[in-house]
Amino acid sequence: MYILIAGGGKVGANLARTLLKDGKHEVTLIEQRRDRFERLEHEFEHQVLLGDATELYVLERAGIARPPDIVAALTGDDEDNLIICQLSREKYGVEKVIARVNDPRNQTHFDLLGIAPTVSATRGLMALIEHEVPEHDLVHLLELRKENLEIVEVQIPQGAPAAGQRVERLDLPEGSRLISIMRNGRSEIAVGSTELHPGDQVLAILQPGKEDELRRVLLKK
Amino acid sequence: MKALVIGCGRVGSNIALLLDREGWDVTAVDEKEEALGRLGESWAGGFVLGHGMDIEVLRRAGIEEAEAVVVATDGDNTNIVIGQVAQQRFDNQCVVVRVLDPARAEFYRGRGLRTVCPTSVAIDVLLESVRACEVRPAESAPA
Repeated sequence: MYILIAGGGKVGANLARTLLKDGKHEVTLIEQRRDRFERLEHEFEHQVLLGDATELYVLERAGIARPPDIVAALTGDDEDNLIICQLSREKYGVEKVIARVNDPRNQTHFDLLGIAPTVSATRGLMALIEHEVPEHDLVHLLELRKENLEIVEVQIPQGAPAAGQRVERLDLPEGSRLISIMRNGRSEIAVGSTELHPGDQVLAILQPGKEDELRRVLLKK
Repeated sequence: MKALVIGCGRVGSNIALLLDREGWDVTAVDEKEEALGRLGESWAGGFVLGHGMDIEVLRRAGIEEAEAVVVATDGDNTNIVIGQVAQQRFDNQCVVVRVLDPARAEFYRGRGLRTVCPTSVAIDVLLESVRACEVRPAESAPA
């Protein structure tokens, strides 16, 4: 595959290195800062290019018109990453773009402008912490951005209002459904007659923002 | 009529002052406090300290009620993103965006963003000025 990487910092350079070691890919790396570029040039030689990847002529020199199979916008600047992805996709017909989100507050702009998938260190760390820390009673497993839905996992505690209830008797928030129940290592699809027990691990699908309502129905005492 | 001017540098501050004089209710946004000084002692319009990429800052500045939004920070890409957010998220009908790079200005103009490119304007004006000197290259090709 031909992969164009914008941003030769730690993230971009390591991705380029890893892809090249794979031996199956052609990679071009674009770096804007001269000092960084010169260091990268020792290692990557003609595969690294000096320039601002939001400039059309720089992208064109990097072979954007071929077009690449994937463009990864990994600079430390969210606006730049957004523009690189928009130009790649909409001007040059690149089918796959990946954007790094440095400031998680900017995620909403990427969503608004349809730039996906995005990678955010903060978001990834939060997901890991949610998995590790038991106080986080509701774990986000998957975000379906396009559908505006997410899949979460909750464990039914002792004495929870939902324990001993049938699914059809639960007053689930609008825009949410239970998917499955996992008990003693076996899982079954949740239907109206499924009864919840303490210790059950429940998968639910819901619209973002309904977490608290779902918690109230399933978990709160 | 409410107008928002995002980026209160040399360009933004003068736009804010001129719109204010024309009777607009103007709020300027800039991430540096010094920018307020460019509006002068007698500035009676609004000023919000913060980055234009921050939705909360835009809300505080009143983007939801604004009839016009001028985006003129010193970053082309920042301006293009804020312009699209104002247009698509807040459904603002009059969004004007400063973009110094003619190539990006043209591309986003084609996608329905009202971009203004001072570089292209400067090129045109400078060329016109040279031509107005009424001196010609010695061996100019026949017309």
